[in-house]
Amino acid sequence: MRLHKPDNSVTFTFDGRPIKGVPGEPVAAALLANGIKLVARSFKYHRPRGIMSAGSEEQNALVTVGRGAQTEPNVRATTLDVAEGLEVFSQNAWPSLRYDMMAVNDLISPFLGAGFYYKTFMWPKSFWEKLYEPAIRRAAGLGGLSGQTNEDRYEKAFAFCDVLVIGAGPAGLMAALTAGRAGADVILADEDTAPGGRLLREVEEVDGTPGADWAAQAASELAAMDNVRIMTRTTVTGAYDQGTYGALEQIAGPRAADKPLACFWRIVAQKAILCAGALERPIAFPNNDRPGIMMASAVRAYVNRWGVVPGKRVTVFGNNDDAHRTARDLAAAGIRIAALIDSRDDAQVGADYPVYTGAQVIGTKGRHALESITISHGGGTRKILTDCLAMSGGWNPTVHLTCHMNGRPTWRDDIASFVPTPDAIPGMVTAGACNGTFSTAGCLKEGAEVAADVAKGLGLKPKMTVPHADDSAYAISPLWAVPGKGRKWIDFQNDVHVKDIALAAQESFRSVEHMKRYTTQGMAPDQGKSSNVVALAVLADATGRGIPETGTTTFRPPFVPVPIAVMGAGSQGKGFAPERLTTSHHASTAQGAPMIEAGLWYRPSYFPLPGETHWRQSCDREVGYVRDAVGVCDVSTLGKIDIQGPDAAALLDFVYANTFSTLNVGKVRYGLMLREDGQVMDDGTTARLGEQHFVMTTTTAAAGLVMRHLEFVLQVLRPDLDTHVISATEQWAQFAVAGPKSRDLLNTVLDQRLDDADWPFMACGQISIGRARGRLFRISFSGEHAYEVAVPSRYGESLFRLLTAQAQTMGGGPYGMEALNVLRIEKGFITHAEIHGRTTAFDIGMDRMVSRKKDCMGQAAAARPGLVDDAREQLVGLKAITPTDTLLAGAHLFAQSARAIRTNSEGYMTSVCYSPTLDGHIGLGFLKHGRARHGEVVRMVDHLRNVETLAKVCDPVFFDPTGGRARG
Amino acid sequence: MRINCPNCGERDRREFYYQGDALALHRPAAGADPLAWDDYLHNRDNPAGDTTDLWFHEAGCGAWLVVERNTVTHAVHNATLVEKVRR
Amino acid sequence: MGYSGFRVIKEGLFGQKGWKPVWRDPDPKPEYDAVIIGGGGHGLATAYYLAREHGMTNIAVLEKGYIGGGNVGRNTTIVRANYFLPGNSEFYSHSLKLWEGMEQDLNYNVMHSQRGLINLFHSDGQRDAFARRGNAMINQGDDAILLDTDGVRQILPYLDFDNVRFPIYGGLYHPRGGTARHDAVAWGYARGSDQRGVDIIQNCEVTGINIEGGVVKGVQTTRGAIKAKKVGIVVAGRSGQVAAMAGMRLPIESHVLQAFVTEGLKPIIDHVVSFGMGHFYISQSDKGGLVFGGDLDFYSSYAARGNLPMVEHVMDAAMTLMPMIGKARVLRSWGGIMDMTPDGSPIIDKTPTEGLFIDCGWCYGGFKAVPGSGFSFAHLMATGRHHEPAAKYRLDRFRTGVGLMDEEGTGSQHNLH
Repeated sequence: MRLHKPDNSVTFTFDGRPIKGVPGEPVAAALLANGIKLVARSFKYHRPRGIMSAGSEEQNALVTVGRGAQTEPNVRATTLDVAEGLEVFSQNAWPSLRYDMMAVNDLISPFLGAGFYYKTFMWPKSFWEKLYEPAIRRAAGLGGLSGQTNEDRYEKAFAFCDVLVIGAGPAGLMAALTAGRAGADVILADEDTAPGGRLLREVEEVDGTPGADWAAQAASELAAMDNVRIMTRTTVTGAYDQGTYGALEQIAGPRAADKPLACFWRIVAQKAILCAGALERPIAFPNNDRPGIMMASAVRAYVNRWGVVPGKRVTVFGNNDDAHRTARDLAAAGIRIAALIDSRDDAQVGADYPVYTGAQVIGTKGRHALESITISHGGGTRKILTDCLAMSGGWNPTVHLTCHMNGRPTWRDDIASFVPTPDAIPGMVTAGACNGTFSTAGCLKEGAEVAADVAKGLGLKPKMTVPHADDSAYAISPLWAVPGKGRKWIDFQNDVHVKDIALAAQESFRSVEHMKRYTTQGMAPDQGKSSNVVALAVLADATGRGIPETGTTTFRPPFVPVPIAVMGAGSQGKGFAPERLTTSHHASTAQGAPMIEAGLWYRPSYFPLPGETHWRQSCDREVGYVRDAVGVCDVSTLGKIDIQGPDAAALLDFVYANTFSTLNVGKVRYGLMLREDGQVMDDGTTARLGEQHFVMTTTTAAAGLVMRHLEFVLQVLRPDLDTHVISATEQWAQFAVAGPKSRDLLNTVLDQRLDDADWPFMACGQISIGRARGRLFRISFSGEHAYEVAVPSRYGESLFRLLTAQAQTMGGGPYGMEALNVLRIEKGFITHAEIHGRTTAFDIGMDRMVSRKKDCMGQAAAARPGLVDDAREQLVGLKAITPTDTLLAGAHLFAQSARAIRTNSEGYMTSVCYSPTLDGHIGLGFLKHGRARHGEVVRMVDHLRNVETLAKVCDPVFFDPTGGRARG
Repeated sequence: MRINCPNCGERDRREFYYQGDALALHRPAAGADPLAWDDYLHNRDNPAGDTTDLWFHEAGCGAWLVVERNTVTHAVHNATLVEKVRR
Repeated sequence: MGYSGFRVIKEGLFGQKGWKPVWRDPDPKPEYDAVIIGGGGHGLATAYYLAREHGMTNIAVLEKGYIGGGNVGRNTTIVRANYFLPGNSEFYSHSLKLWEGMEQDLNYNVMHSQRGLINLFHSDGQRDAFARRGNAMINQGDDAILLDTDGVRQILPYLDFDNVRFPIYGGLYHPRGGTARHDAVAWGYARGSDQRGVDIIQNCEVTGINIEGGVVKGVQTTRGAIKAKKVGIVVAGRSGQVAAMAGMRLPIESHVLQAFVTEGLKPIIDHVVSFGMGHFYISQSDKGGLVFGGDLDFYSSYAARGNLPMVEHVMDAAMTLMPMIGKARVLRSWGGIMDMTPDGSPIIDKTPTEGLFIDCGWCYGGFKAVPGSGFSFAHLMATGRHHEPAAKYRLDRFRTGVGLMDEEGTGSQHNLH
């Protein structure tokens, strides 16, 4: 029912039934206006439930919105805007909301008390996963996800301000006005669709005008200020360190492809003023959860703000003066008040409807909607017919954000509530109802005062003008639970009632945290916003303690539930991490090369030729290019660090296990880098381009790590070194040109002519290709005569095309990661498959490289007994005895006759390949005492892939052990 | 969490890399006792309260910082360039 | 008092009046044979196995707050035995076996659910590393199955396989992995210990450890001095502070790890799933909430709460891996304090003080270890000898380098494990 006929309307559906709503109102208002009381089923007992509140704290009216991938479960009907065509569904009921089979749980509820599941379902053991748990899981949960990939857009953003005002009720508006007028950069955030807070919901005047009008004027003044930003539909969800706040903004209006549904804000504020208001709490009395029983403030909000009448014969039950407003406002609107029941004997009411003081509601009736209540009054009971009961157990200040950094609220006896403890969040002050100041005049004044203080603190000169408003006192006499029999619900969402809490206390769960976890009170989607204080009071009573002594559980972020999609906005699909492309990327994909991830980079796996149907064919061919002719491979992803300064060589001596100060200009050396704990961190080559100029290469994976490491050494450990480092990975494109014809190829490309005298193995120097000035390194990761040529990145693509085209004329071509891997395994060169973070120089046979003549990173720790123990697993080569047998990386190694169990495992395979050069399967691995076991046959066992292969242990260098090909 | 980088001003925690206790500044000399290395590499006072640790402004200026901080409240008292401390 | 379905029905008929306290609330006695400092999962399990396996019943568990208030009540509830380094392999294997008999042993339903755990991998290199792990698990006698992309698709069809930054190459499936109701584990061990005569003393903070001539004599507490022949320190998150009372400095740095839960949802994720290209792991609780977590916040902290960068990283990973959960709403986030060691593996050992033992350094893998840790620590405390499956968890391994168990291979920086 509506007070007035609306000017326009939209139609949405609820469980398929068309419902007319008025633009600007929530779905809950439209449902009430259409006389729909039953909107949901409760979590555990599937009890019929209706709309309870008019805000995000709603406990009962959770619905599912939309279909398919757009399905959104557990939406509060109280904060969901009506919209044309919106599809709203009830949830957690089968086959229908009205006739829900799971309501059987309510009938057997005596057996389903708090924690019953800890005491049963244990026999027989195997039934838990098969029977009990699936049944419990199916019964639990609320709404359901669609299971379909998200198709909606969400966003994340940062904002910065001097003052963040949280909540735009009377206190928040005055705070924003005061700070904004003083010139501060202000963000005013409020979760409602418009600023005003309770001014939009109460019949009150501010400065002689209706509260809602005053709020609109204040909002328009703020909107006109350049230094103020009003964010409606924006809930501040969390308070974090150093003035950082999370906030969820729901984007208004119809869905559109290019429009996000919501935005998650990271707001950094010098100061914050919390003006979050207060939430009304229910009273625990028998069957206080029937559809039609609502919060008193919500009942009058529906009437005052949206002109929606929640009932024809309304009763009001409260323990405080504020509840009387509901009776007053409804009566003034012409709605029949069947009774006002005040639990206080001394309540003063002058009204022309029935008033019962010193009375309590002790029972209710009505299966799917409230029909009547029974009250105790003057020693007797009385039944009152009513279809809407408005209840008020008093107000809880919204202290949540002040608890997000482990602050505990303070109990105030006079208002029977917790209020924020000052300075609980550094930089945050509180004002208005969230601070326990409940009158409108008090809120306006406190908002202005607090903001003036904040503005002064920012060095501004605020002026204060406080409008006039109602200043009536708030009087309450605590009533938590009505005495007597029956289930008196406290946590409506998780179906926790007074006896559950008493049972918890009886069974040792007397700590408030134990009570919560045992009964699940406060763990539902509303996180106990409405139920916590009542539950505490009941627990305090059950354990004979006071409420302050009982303490509280911890409010934690977020204040309202936040979709994963909005906090993870932008990461779906490829957005999760940046994509780094080499200069040869497009030339490689143009040749059909599958690109694979290498850290953040993409690298070509292989370059297929027409007719090749398996990657191995391409790989074997590419290996042949390098062994027999010439291959070209982009190695730009390797980290390149430019090192310059008088102490550049000393830096290298310190960070590498081996010595670099003895390296001649124009030469390259392999370097092994240890972590300070003595294990291998990375390896690579470093070239000396000048007396004080080196360029270091790192593995692709460790480029960032090594850069950080060098800065650490220079700034933290060795500030005495006069040296600078900078990453030049992106600045240089670098290509390996490898194979017996590599020099011939380069001689067709470079301006210089290469020969052995000027360009011996491990030489480096400047080269040019027309205008492009580059660098050449005669180094080899394949064991062949090879070079790496580097040019500024802008020349990378054309050089790659040139090199590969030339190579193709010489019986070679480009090669990818697969071939690169085979080539390096054939030579026993290690990668991070071998130096996986648990490998020492000793393990890989390089301990002699660790210079004892100088201090270097990792040297001391590498000498620990456990790191040089002969029994450690040592790098070996392994060759399948039968060439057709496969080796598998990740398989373990055993003595031939030993059972394949942990205590017999002697090592494992790290890298394997089919070697076309040697025509057989070979691999690298680690084996206990491995270096002493060359020639021995071991058994490789891979349980996972059911493969066993006999392999001969050998030196890790399978091919050209003397290295003549690289030098020649 | 925000840290006031002496070079860049106040920046979000996500720009920084955390390494650990600032005792990393006091690397044992070459040839030091293994126990000194054990203390340096592994053992920690690990205070519940004020601590001093090392951060790297990796997505900023590239400076290593000594940060004075509280491990219980997450208050950040001070951040100094390692360069200044070591001088 | 035995728990059973019959008992639940009987009490239901008689207004639940017959349920007895799950543990008593005794005052501390002046002297015990052994005192356990810390009433978390590990401490309560230690007390239980001291009583059950070693007949030590004149013992007390001292808890400064309420039992189960630390990490046992704030983890993501994952139970698994999928380690690959010697030392860890046998320990977690033993622990998982204890899990498998826990409910019948404790007569308490901890809802241990072996729904299967799948570690996804996203490159050839990761597959090789997981293969090594899986083979080690089978070598140990545990279970592992290596899935290729199609194998993963059959079990987890809702993952994003097609338009994703890091394609799914496969997964290591550990069918016996799963979850349990975390709080119930603490309560079950508390009940079992209490029934065997152990005094569980809450709101009793240890303020000092009495040592004479290198031998432990007892503890000072906020409820008076208590003499004890043996004292065990089991206080993850406060290990450094309590060890300092005995003059020890530990190889531990405390870090915050956050975790998250969504609103209740109908069953949608039936396994435990972990992402391989960013820290993210998820399961769905029996109540319907998606329970998930990620990596440390990476700065040392005792605040038991974290900050947004890691929150967002976790959500980012969720959205790239399984974008079908985007509309699930995060209901609550929280943090725990992790004892991070230089190799990511724990410590169960004697201390230089005779009669004083320590169990710490569980990093963020302590929940699944609860029964194994309690069993092995009780064995050490009772017999003075290391229990074989936990024999490698030595305090001196960092100094000597012998038996380091660095599963992540990230080295001695505490927060990198």
